[in-house]
Amino acid sequence: MTTLDTDVLVIGGGSTGAGVAWDSALRGLHVTLVDRQDFATGTSGRFHGLLHSGGRYAVKDPGSARECAAENRILRQVAADCIEDTGGLFVSTPEDDLEYADRFLAAARGAGMEVEEVPVGAALRDEPRLNPRIRRAFRVQDGSIDSWKMISALLRGAQAHGATVLPYHKVVKVIRQEDRVEGAVMEDQRTGEEVRVNAGCVVNAAGAWSGQVAELAGCEVGVRPGKGVMVAINHRLARAVLNRCHRPSDGDIIVPVRTVSVIGTTDHPVADPDDTECSPEEVHQMMEAGELLVPGFRESRALRVWSGSRPLLPRTQGSAGVGDREVSRSHTVLDHGARDGVEGLVTIAGGKFTTLRLMAEDTVDVVVRKLGRGAECRTRSEVLPGSESHHFYWIGNRQQEAEADPPDDPLICECELVSRHDLDTVVARRPNWRLDDIRRALRVGMGPCQGGFCAFRVAGMLHQDGRYGRAEANSALREFVQERWKGVKVISWGAQARQTRLDRWIFEGVYDLEHLPE
Amino acid sequence: MTEVAWGVEAWAEVRASLDRCIKCTVCESACPVAAVTELFPGPKTVGPQAERFRTGDHSPDLSVDFCSGCGICSRVCPQEVRIAELNSRARAELKRERGAPLRDQLVARPGLLGRAGRPVAPLFNWAMANSLIRWAGEQTIGIHRKAPVPRSTTRTFSYWAGHHGGLKSARRVVYFHGCSTQWYEPHVGKKVTAILEHNGYQVVIPKQDCCGLPLQSNGLFPAARKAVTRLARQLAPDGTTGLPVISSSTSCGLMLKREAREILGADSPELRAVSQRTYDIFEFLLELHHRGELRTDFKPVPLTVAYHAPCQQQNQLIGKPALEILRLIPALRLVELDRSCCGIAGTYGVKREKYEIAMRVGAPLFADIQAEGPDLLACDSETCRWQISAATGATSVHPLEILHRAYGGS
Repeated sequence: MTTLDTDVLVIGGGSTGAGVAWDSALRGLHVTLVDRQDFATGTSGRFHGLLHSGGRYAVKDPGSARECAAENRILRQVAADCIEDTGGLFVSTPEDDLEYADRFLAAARGAGMEVEEVPVGAALRDEPRLNPRIRRAFRVQDGSIDSWKMISALLRGAQAHGATVLPYHKVVKVIRQEDRVEGAVMEDQRTGEEVRVNAGCVVNAAGAWSGQVAELAGCEVGVRPGKGVMVAINHRLARAVLNRCHRPSDGDIIVPVRTVSVIGTTDHPVADPDDTECSPEEVHQMMEAGELLVPGFRESRALRVWSGSRPLLPRTQGSAGVGDREVSRSHTVLDHGARDGVEGLVTIAGGKFTTLRLMAEDTVDVVVRKLGRGAECRTRSEVLPGSESHHFYWIGNRQQEAEADPPDDPLICECELVSRHDLDTVVARRPNWRLDDIRRALRVGMGPCQGGFCAFRVAGMLHQDGRYGRAEANSALREFVQERWKGVKVISWGAQARQTRLDRWIFEGVYDLEHLPE
Repeated sequence: MTEVAWGVEAWAEVRASLDRCIKCTVCESACPVAAVTELFPGPKTVGPQAERFRTGDHSPDLSVDFCSGCGICSRVCPQEVRIAELNSRARAELKRERGAPLRDQLVARPGLLGRAGRPVAPLFNWAMANSLIRWAGEQTIGIHRKAPVPRSTTRTFSYWAGHHGGLKSARRVVYFHGCSTQWYEPHVGKKVTAILEHNGYQVVIPKQDCCGLPLQSNGLFPAARKAVTRLARQLAPDGTTGLPVISSSTSCGLMLKREAREILGADSPELRAVSQRTYDIFEFLLELHHRGELRTDFKPVPLTVAYHAPCQQQNQLIGKPALEILRLIPALRLVELDRSCCGIAGTYGVKREKYEIAMRVGAPLFADIQAEGPDLLACDSETCRWQISAATGATSVHPLEILHRAYGGS
């Protein structure tokens, strides 16, 4: 068993964990971050991509709104490359209370948001597909944020400051000496090897899974996974984020993120955060809800449906009849030393992607106090790798780059414009890529064909390059395609059904995917 | 045609059609431009694929400018994605942002050149045939020195029409002659009039300007919209109810039928009415024939005629009515050329940077024509006729000129 010594062991490679790793590394602490899977595979990789202006929480949760407004400004400064400055609109649809709009405006201003009411005509000129029957419109600083890019930038930044990151390392044991946590033992999910990490402090940043991690240390964290369903639509229906101006409910946000529009979401308490099944009813609910913001929405091509589990932490556990939307979306740092008498373990729970930086700062402040060393937080001003030029990401970037690609650098994913060179660059970063990891890094297989044309190309190229043996390439392809099909199963109508049929002919008819040699 | 959307909704429908693409690549296989140059990555690539990366604020891609706009992609798409229409719109966005060169502004306005050339037609024609002047034209404004240009005439078609007494009849049609008949080929208009009158129709020829198609294909949408709505008013002098509108120019007819609505997103009551009533001349004659109303008092025409159906005629989705009518003519040996595009695509092939591409696109067609060695080459589109003649030396005519001859005309 390999043994590593580190100042801070971060469990969980989502936005929170990556933020904690970046923050700690900048403060001069040695960090080791582990995740049971690839990074950003949990809730962070399964959200709608909204960089909140704070508008969604303005009326009901002013504290969260204020945090979002402030963090939104900071992230635009330090992580421009991961953000698209789409802007956002809150609109009063015919079904929304106009009196709420007044409250919204006052609350948004109170939370320090930049908000202005715009004439309905102007909003409709900017957004031709927006419901012409809207009655009021407010422009806010919503944006969209690419979670994979963001988490990758945080981790690369942390690594540049000495951090060790270990994907596919699942915590099998938390090392506890009496009332003190001293590290953990991880099992490499690909090789079965165990790694022991001795740490000055362990940060449980497992989000919706933090209850499971805390349990390994003999503690209890009352995190309540709240499942949210999202549907990706084939192209952008609007330039800006569209929000209904009303009490937050299901399917009232449409986010233009990368090449798609994502509608979300729902909120159902689930026992197991790994429960990501989506029902046809949930999809139907989203498609109908979208109709109110964008008439004709239900006829749009749905590419994929998925769900993520919010790590909700009720402040007053057990208060009956309180729905999840009543739970504050702010975060809490639990010092298990003070709370449970178990030293060396800190859990960060609750929160949301937009406030990941603040969550990390609050967490590492506690860690630094415990360790008795570590500098001041620098994440407010330290620019992340890739964002040095302070240019926001723009949807047209990849098209521009594809135009400039030399003719001998063919596209391998035509939907998301990924070239052979892009693939080579990414796979050189680390060994043992799974096709799904490459998807998160490059968006291969995330477009309209959902892997129909690119999956076999990527598998074939990795085999050709000697990265995959024959059996490995075959099983990787099978696994990837089946995972892709899982997300289109419940949206098989219209154009996507035709696409799925064509994809199946390719994989089952041409490649005989089920019977590829092992 | 009554249930279609107009104005911005028409464009919204076209854009939403990108959702139907399943990346089958049929369009890329059929695209004549992508087949001959790497400068154009193909209709799927710049169409439904690139459209997902466009927001309407700023164009990310330049290669869409190498689309010739022939429209074959939209026609072959099994999923009815409006590929050519998406590309046309993207080209216009590009021009809106970056401005159109003087050259594009010029070739987009056939009336301008026609008006300028007419009073000095012999001089104009001499200049257009002078290689030194053409070389200078290529260097300064970018019209390829070998690109086909029409010959100017001293008498316009409208001048002739104003002095033409014509048949008076209860059965009337409006003739939309277009710019080429007006300025360069008035004989085509005279023969259309004669054929229609021979069949008992009174031909109403209102004063008319450009339909805006060259403006549209050069990405100058606001001017194109203005042109087509003005034309619709001119063609519907009686308001929105009225007469069939007969076109002898396939691309201009298509503009009225579909492209004004689907590509330009133009809309007016007159345009809606005119659009529904527009017929290609042979489409109209074939309908007469199906009703048993077409006069078939044909004289034998002992010639070998090779027929090429131009893209914009094919895009009207009316089959090849010219072939069906010409087949009725005794002694005529008709050869159907089975090639997609001659390359010119309106004004595409006259541009310096596109001339060679256009010639490569047309090469298979030119080879077939030269192998066949027909007495005449028949093609419904004027720019295609000019291109084919320039490339092959064949004498090219509008197919209605053959029909006119069969009716005893000279």
